[in-house]
Amino acid sequence: MTTNVSEQFHAVGEDIHDTKAPAGPIERRWDERKFSTNLVNPANRRKLSVIVVGTGLAGASAAATLGEAGYHVKSFCYQDSPRRAHSIAAQGGINAAKNYRNDGDSIYRLFYDTVKGGDFRARESNVYRLAQVSVNIIDQCVAQGVPFAREYGGLLDNRSFGGVQVSRTFYARGQTGQQLLIGAYQALERQIAAGTVEMNTRHEMLELIMIDGKARGIIVRDMVSGEIETHTADAVVLATGGYGNVFFLSTNAMGCNVTATWRAHRKGAYFANPCYTQIHPTCIPVSGDYQSKLTLMSESLRNDGRIWVPKKAGDDRAPSDIPEDERDYYLERIYPAFGNLVPRDIASRAAKYQCDAGKGVGPGGLGVYLDFADAIARLGRHEVEAKYGNLFDMYAQITGENPYEQPMRIYPAVHYTMGGLWVDYDLQSNLEGLFVAGEANFSEHGANRLGASALMQGLADGYFVLPYTIANYLADGPYEKIDDSHPEVVAARTAVEERIEKFLSINGTRTVDSFHKELGQIMWDYCGMERTEEGLIKAISMIRDLKADFWSNVKVTGVNEELNQTLERAGRVADFFELGELMCIDALNRRESCGGHFRAESQTEDGEALRHDDEFAYVSAWEFGDEQPTLRKEPLEYEYVEMKSRSYK
Amino acid sequence: MNITVRVWRQKNADDKGRMVTYGVENVSEHMSFLEMLDVLNEQLTLSGDDPIAFDHDCREGICGMCGVVINGIAHGPEVTTTCQLHMRSFEDGAVIDVEPWRAGAFPVVKDLVVDRSAFDRIIQAGGYISAPTGSAPDAHAVPVPKDDADHAFDAATCIGCGACVAACPNGSAMLFTSAKITHLGLLPQGQPERESRVIGMVEQHDHEGFGGCTNIGECTSACPKGIPLDTIAQLNRDLLGALAHGKA
Repeated sequence: MTTNVSEQFHAVGEDIHDTKAPAGPIERRWDERKFSTNLVNPANRRKLSVIVVGTGLAGASAAATLGEAGYHVKSFCYQDSPRRAHSIAAQGGINAAKNYRNDGDSIYRLFYDTVKGGDFRARESNVYRLAQVSVNIIDQCVAQGVPFAREYGGLLDNRSFGGVQVSRTFYARGQTGQQLLIGAYQALERQIAAGTVEMNTRHEMLELIMIDGKARGIIVRDMVSGEIETHTADAVVLATGGYGNVFFLSTNAMGCNVTATWRAHRKGAYFANPCYTQIHPTCIPVSGDYQSKLTLMSESLRNDGRIWVPKKAGDDRAPSDIPEDERDYYLERIYPAFGNLVPRDIASRAAKYQCDAGKGVGPGGLGVYLDFADAIARLGRHEVEAKYGNLFDMYAQITGENPYEQPMRIYPAVHYTMGGLWVDYDLQSNLEGLFVAGEANFSEHGANRLGASALMQGLADGYFVLPYTIANYLADGPYEKIDDSHPEVVAARTAVEERIEKFLSINGTRTVDSFHKELGQIMWDYCGMERTEEGLIKAISMIRDLKADFWSNVKVTGVNEELNQTLERAGRVADFFELGELMCIDALNRRESCGGHFRAESQTEDGEALRHDDEFAYVSAWEFGDEQPTLRKEPLEYEYVEMKSRSYK
Repeated sequence: MNITVRVWRQKNADDKGRMVTYGVENVSEHMSFLEMLDVLNEQLTLSGDDPIAFDHDCREGICGMCGVVINGIAHGPEVTTTCQLHMRSFEDGAVIDVEPWRAGAFPVVKDLVVDRSAFDRIIQAGGYISAPTGSAPDAHAVPVPKDDADHAFDAATCIGCGACVAACPNGSAMLFTSAKITHLGLLPQGQPERESRVIGMVEQHDHEGFGGCTNIGECTSACPKGIPLDTIAQLNRDLLGALAHGKA
């Protein structure tokens, strides 16, 4: 085997394995695991405590369910209310293998589609369980009063989503995430009222407390008073979302950050597959350097919109002045079978190539047209409005342009991160007592997540997986009570306090945001839609230089003992530097293209992603090191789904 | 364009607070209102001043975290959230007043940030359906007429931003409360707790110090999600029914 060029940046350790998933037939594994877990007597549960960080779909559902079961739960979020978590912004829907349409769907088919869609980089056992519990999620949400779309007969409506051939997606107009989150939030508030959950809003986790090899608590900052608080428990759950904001511009909320999982990583938790990033093709382009975030529009727009750029580079005529024969409908030309409906990553990369060739439109040449003129001529404006009215309104609101009269401009944006903390079948990290749920873990989506599967996974983890697996862990408790004067607690607190003091004392000449934007640009240019060996090596060096400048030249105003939003951002950006470097190292190590990771060196003659299953059919789990990280591989085996490469031509 | 903003600055809950005037130059009409504040905050930071604190998160109009009073109107001149308001809605040279939500039940935390935890406590007082995880029947066991489901959805789109309270001369949170009453009360799953819900939530609403509703309707015209005023009528009907049944 040739030495990987990435090894100048990391060591390679022993392989790791998931030891929790039972062997035997895949459809029996979750039942067997549940049966083999230890139970906790209801009378003992209130003596056992669990910390849950984050109140999105995974965190809120986990906290509510653990509270209902009778455990003492402490929940934390950085927003002013648990209802704000960014799950709320998911538009499209949630998959479930209900087969209500009688169209051939099944648990097995949802499992199969998810493994294949993940480009064979997810664990079969985990994905099968996800498909199994998907049906319970819909039942649960309906019982809570989630107002899913219904048909005239009063039964639930479904639609096909993301190119699959069955209609298994449940939805609530374009606000499915909002409705599911409000359902989980209400369940959580009910437990807060019942006294089983203690809610801490406007609190940010800044450190994990590890004692005798077990996760036993967290250090948080009260974001209003600045007080540094210690919270201990028998187990800790991180449900803190993804890290797309390392790119500065993404569809994530402004506050989304990697700090909770990164701090756990620094305490020994493996970070898996950080380079797998999903880039969504239909976002509203950047309009200027003041841009703070990007807004996604549902990719259902590609069902009727036609994507094109001018044939001539640098053509700055208005779109209506460009005649038909001077337009390049490049997706229809290159992929005649799928046309504008090619998968997200292919559509995104194709747009980038057009813009790189100077054919991009709009400010900075970073956009392509999505044209509804044909659809309006064919269906009439009324029907287009009925299908896409809310998206057209959103576009008009943000850009000030009327998409009924001129083509929309779209450009890809970072949307979801498949990587995250490594977990076993129990969703426990390699650190005992540290569980990770939702987008924050690396598990079910492999190298690429299918549409309408993020909501499914968040709720599966929180409602139906963690409550069993955590109970199994807690059955060995309660663990020894931890005093605030314990040396590990004092050390964690001191580290947090010293870091805050450091930020406030640098008093340099650049703002936190200016560093964040520069880091984001490096990530986007070299670790974005297309990655190369040369670019990644260059990016690692640029990130290191920028990080050094940050720690000597950032300006953080104010004091700790107040609401200080600059200080909050400084801590998050400091962690993004370290994560960004690891993403580049991971991308450098993975000399193949798969899902949300495209290495220019690994493509077919037609420019399609080329996997190397012989060499890279493994999860990359990274162990933190002060000098350099260590790569640990979890080999992936496929017993049920045959590894194939995809083709959309 | 160049604009002037007069912003409410208040160091903390105990500070008296005052309006402070700042100039912002080279504002693009494509900036969102919050991006304009970002630009101003970058200037303030570099000159060593304390940047303006304001709440925001998703910046796509759905999380409900942002919200300021702009020229006396909650969320400003367009019917949308503050994050979805763009500078093209203002003229070059405009003088814009920016204040926090003003209501006794929403104390100011700092500058434009207020404490809306009263909303969470109203939900705790009954704004849910008790459906413990794992207890649910099949989703198709109880059909829901499409009309009811659609109306429940309309009420359920409330984002909990608090504009209704800021807009109301009485500082009432009746639109927020009634949206939840209507959402859950229209669904068959919400029936068993329908009466205790309305009693509990209205009691908590009053206990938090929100004012009473006198059918002025400013709330619904400020609501970025268009929660209809007739949800309050629904709340009143439910409340009367519950009181008549002696549930109080």
